[in-house]
Amino acid sequence: MTSSTPPVPGATAEGEPPAPYAVPRNVPLWEIFVTFLFIGAISFGGGVVAYLRASLVIKKGWLDEDHFLSALGISQALPGLNATNMSIIVGDRLRGLPGALVAFTGMTLPGGSMVLALGVAYAANAHNPYVNATLVGVGAAAVGMLSAVTLQIGHKQLGQILNVAIIAATVLMVSVLHISLIWVLLTVGPVAVFLFRPRKGAEGADEADARERKAP
Amino acid sequence: MNENLSVLGVFSLLSILAVGGGAAVLPETKELVVGTYHWLNDDQFRDIYGLGQVVPGPNMLMVIVIGYHVTGFMGALMAFVGFFLPAGALSWAASRVWDHFEGSPWRRSLQQGLAPLVVGLMASGTISIARTAIDGTLTVIIAFAVFAGVYCVKKVNPALLVLGGGLVGLALLSGTGAGMPPS
Repeated sequence: MTSSTPPVPGATAEGEPPAPYAVPRNVPLWEIFVTFLFIGAISFGGGVVAYLRASLVIKKGWLDEDHFLSALGISQALPGLNATNMSIIVGDRLRGLPGALVAFTGMTLPGGSMVLALGVAYAANAHNPYVNATLVGVGAAAVGMLSAVTLQIGHKQLGQILNVAIIAATVLMVSVLHISLIWVLLTVGPVAVFLFRPRKGAEGADEADARERKAP
Repeated sequence: MNENLSVLGVFSLLSILAVGGGAAVLPETKELVVGTYHWLNDDQFRDIYGLGQVVPGPNMLMVIVIGYHVTGFMGALMAFVGFFLPAGALSWAASRVWDHFEGSPWRRSLQQGLAPLVVGLMASGTISIARTAIDGTLTVIIAFAVFAGVYCVKKVNPALLVLGGGLVGLALLSGTGAGMPPS
């Protein structure tokens, strides 16, 4: 049997490190739009990061793992939703500002138009008992889903006393004391970053610190 | 008085405050929309949040519906632009300078410090919706069932579970007047 794939020019013996990742050039704007439109149309229930990774890293190869995580890090550290921030950042990497705009539009168009249509229908049927009973069920289901997603994201942190303290302080301030989010972000934020400030020493010093703190 | 500008202003503020995503800014959204501005009551807020759950893409696209309730289609546009433009512009600008801080140890500190804060805000968002949405035995059962479905069965489409909750509500609650606005 002969291989149907022609030898790749420049391919060398095994053991050679893979070529360094480079941002693909001249990806057509319509392709960026369609890719994000597809992600925007199929990503349900907060799992958008998984859809983004499958599409951008694995299927399209527009980003490698490191650049994907770096873009995700920016999206999470800055205000705004992960999904839309990611679309803007990735679109910008590929094609500058026009790329960012078409990626954002694709990401929000399917859900935005659908929720608006539902919202118009809801406003017209606010006194319909069937609509209201259905939405009571949806609301209860949303609580279950939000709790599950919160626990999935937070469960790694629950083993560290410092993380638990920050989580508890935040919930206390927001849900019990009803302190405005601005003040919570301006107080807990800097304190939390300070508590995780860079330490001198080897890689992984933070984890060691955390273990020490937990020890009696 | 120009309500459209109020909508734009409120959602622009929420946009800048949305560190850690939509669930993190949920309590403040409810506080402003229901408490401060009285654009919606508790039940309407819960219902509109539910609508956001059954469509694809970010749940917080439901801000469009809140804007629609205030001033119609113009309000919907104001809420959308307000909620997405400031944070979007900031991400766009920041991603261009962020790479200069590659290797800065403070970048890791920022991510590590913000992670538990975001989890706390998400928990508060859950509590804020639960205060309205959990009302009676059936809602508790639905919430636990969906929690178990999402948490234990990894390969399930969450939107289907949320729609399933809606169908259970439709089947068992529609004779009871549940969720009806007080007349």
